Amino acid sequence: MSMAAVAAHAEPSFLDAGERKGLLAWVLSTDHKRIAILYLTAMLIFFLVGVTMGILMRLEQLTMGETIMKAQTYNALFTLHGVIMIFLFVIPGLPASFGNFFLPILIGAKDVAFPRLNLLSWYFFMTGAVLAVTSLFTGGGPPDTGWTFYAPYSIRTGTNVSLAVFAAFILGLSSILTGLNFVTTIHRLRAPGMTWHRMPLFAWSLYATGWVQILATPIIGITLMLVIMERFFGIGVFDPAKGGDPVLYQHLFWIYSHPAVYIMILPAMGAITEIIPTFAHRTIFGYRFIAYSSVAIAALGSLVWAHHMFTSGISDMASLVFSLLTFLVAIPSAIKVFNWVATLYKGSIDLQPPMLYALSFIFLFCIGGLTGIMQGALAVNVHVHDTYFIVGHFHYVMFGGTGFGFFAALLYWFPKMFGKMYNRKVATLAWFPIFIGFNVFYFTMLVLGWEGMPRRYYNHLPQYHTLHVLATVGSWILVGGVLVLLGNFIVALLKGQQAPANPWGGISLEWTIPSPPTVENFEEVPTITQPPYHFNPVVHR
Amino acid sequence: MTQLTLAEEHGHIVPYSTFITVWVILLALTMILTYVAKTFHEALSVWAMLTITPLKAGLVFYYFMHLKFEGPLLKAMVFVALSTLVVFIGMLFFDTSFQ
Amino acid sequence: MSSPAAQAHTDLAHAEAHGQAVHRDYAGAKIGMWLFLFTEILLFGGLFILYSAYRAKYPHEFHEASNELNFVIGVINTVVLLTSSLSMALSISAVQKGNRRLSMIFLAATVVLGGVFLVNKYFEWMVKIHHGLYPNGPELLKRKPGEILFFGLYFTMTGLHGLHVIAGMIVLSILLVLLAKGRIGQDDYIKLENGGLYWHLVDVIWIFLLPLFYLAA
Repeated sequence: MSMAAVAAHAEPSFLDAGERKGLLAWVLSTDHKRIAILYLTAMLIFFLVGVTMGILMRLEQLTMGETIMKAQTYNALFTLHGVIMIFLFVIPGLPASFGNFFLPILIGAKDVAFPRLNLLSWYFFMTGAVLAVTSLFTGGGPPDTGWTFYAPYSIRTGTNVSLAVFAAFILGLSSILTGLNFVTTIHRLRAPGMTWHRMPLFAWSLYATGWVQILATPIIGITLMLVIMERFFGIGVFDPAKGGDPVLYQHLFWIYSHPAVYIMILPAMGAITEIIPTFAHRTIFGYRFIAYSSVAIAALGSLVWAHHMFTSGISDMASLVFSLLTFLVAIPSAIKVFNWVATLYKGSIDLQPPMLYALSFIFLFCIGGLTGIMQGALAVNVHVHDTYFIVGHFHYVMFGGTGFGFFAALLYWFPKMFGKMYNRKVATLAWFPIFIGFNVFYFTMLVLGWEGMPRRYYNHLPQYHTLHVLATVGSWILVGGVLVLLGNFIVALLKGQQAPANPWGGISLEWTIPSPPTVENFEEVPTITQPPYHFNPVVHR
Repeated sequence: MTQLTLAEEHGHIVPYSTFITVWVILLALTMILTYVAKTFHEALSVWAMLTITPLKAGLVFYYFMHLKFEGPLLKAMVFVALSTLVVFIGMLFFDTSFQ
Repeated sequence: MSSPAAQAHTDLAHAEAHGQAVHRDYAGAKIGMWLFLFTEILLFGGLFILYSAYRAKYPHEFHEASNELNFVIGVINTVVLLTSSLSMALSISAVQKGNRRLSMIFLAATVVLGGVFLVNKYFEWMVKIHHGLYPNGPELLKRKPGEILFFGLYFTMTGLHGLHVIAGMIVLSILLVLLAKGRIGQDDYIKLENGGLYWHLVDVIWIFLLPLFYLAA
């Protein structure tokens, strides 16, 4: 493959190209790279909004009793923190940002299969976001049900559940369109010679994720519609007074929301799988195992939803079946962890910022995954359900996992996307408060939960007080580090050094084109003759 | 990666008569289903519903929606989607049947 | 293949280039449409999940409540939709054979039959609503829980289905115009095929709704 960097400056980069200039050039563009950046920018803003809510919640927990807000506000905060983080950041997550930018490039294509649908998905995303924020200020006030909107309270509460739930429905449409686009793109637009088994593993992860987005999201769609129907028309499906069963709501809710966590994690795992070979200068260990394990996780992960409901009154038979399947779904995840670690063995490891955060991902995801297995055991679940143990667990997987994966991907691909290099020392230094603060914060939650502290509680008993203060301090350290990390990128955008086409010595297709890429990505459509990650032991700088 | 030209597509235009035949069968199945459901007791009519209805749907998928003439990829995708729904319903019954 | 390096691509040219590429990928467009249909199957699927759970829980009440629906109208509507699927399929064969006029006639017939279905549905619903048998309606609230749920599901599922019939009719009408203008023809009929796929799915969903609601007695 030829280095196109020399010829690059004849074609303008996608950032500058086009007759239209300014905002319109961006919000009307069907270029997958521009859409990716639209998503990325919006998502990071919503992430910071979610972080702010989290910080406020932690401030409230600095004292027993009222600190800075009343109970109703606290309920609204944890609801909106969940809704914003999950639906506006983690679920769109890596697919909407890095998937949109890099999937076509990684498979040697000029764009996705349906560029206009891609732009539509962003419009849906922004519409849903606006509606979600509006629900804070209209109707009966922000919803206080928790992001899970459990019936019958969600049917009965006077707060603005209908608008928030409708916003989530629209966001679901955005997710569906992304998945549909990616699955079709991977089937139809791979470059000549790129067989399925020569495809980069990030693409495999996006493929598996796409199927989950297509098949699972409609279930939450109909469930949310039913909540609205119940609130307005009283059809009765979730209302005990009319013979309805609130547990059926939970079933329908989790049939989507459990696979949703695999939408969240699979692409992050895919990004890690791109990063580790590059900085270990070795080919990935067990390519086919990683590829197929993505599909296995998507499939098995769709069969475990009721492990969120062990204490809701489901039958013993269901508890047994779902507990068993929950243990099984750990296997393909573990396979990935073994393969990543095996890739490091006898590699020439270069601890650049992307690698540092990628290795952290492995460690933090393991803690998250193992605590998940613990929760899958019925006897343990009875004690830890709805405690801070669960909260700690999912922050380890969603933040330590997807969040760190997102940071790692951003550190890896930022130079390619924007043509600027960030300050690597600052990125590395930021890691310390992030990693330390993260563990102080969330490991403490695991302990709190183990000792019985319930989640979504405004008050706490004296015996939990010290740990709550410790967790809050951890949150400050963590957020301080995150702000430095993100601020570093902004500085890079404004006055960073020009980045070369291949700052890391990677050998997938994105490193063969200029930084930033031209509009059509490739001067000539590449022909693929080798498997991915076939490293020569030569380091590019 | 080759694209299907529409000239190649001309190779399988489904004849009008095939569609009409399928339609007649669908109408007949509907009548049978209705008759059985209205005449016989619960168990038999449930069985009729569980066999005849998917059969009708299958005919629409296979002929009207052209699935019979599509490649293995599309057939596999339809199978995955339908199985997913069936599995969801089946797994739910681990809870509802054992309450 | 990119144009000479000196030529700047405008966004519009870029979009057109991709629009053309999309139109030429017949198989890709078909895959995309089927994937969309899967989302519709799963959307209704959630309601089928609820129906099956509640039917198992209240078999007797579902049986009784089903008796109150007029199965003759249900069967007539089934025949109407099955026939509309036939005309839809015939429309596609006609355009493939180059017979634009016939294709338009069949397509128009499909839309008309969809309208007939909706008119029937309207009268059916009106009868029930008139008798107070609708969600939160006075008569329904007096009934047993299982019956309340039956009718709740009946209105929700046939209502959602009806919305899809309306959407389908709108889409098919637009396709009819495109067909008339020659934008769909023997050389490029994927839009018609995809619109047909949608319509057939609407028919399939009704095929399931018939026995669930009208023949449960």
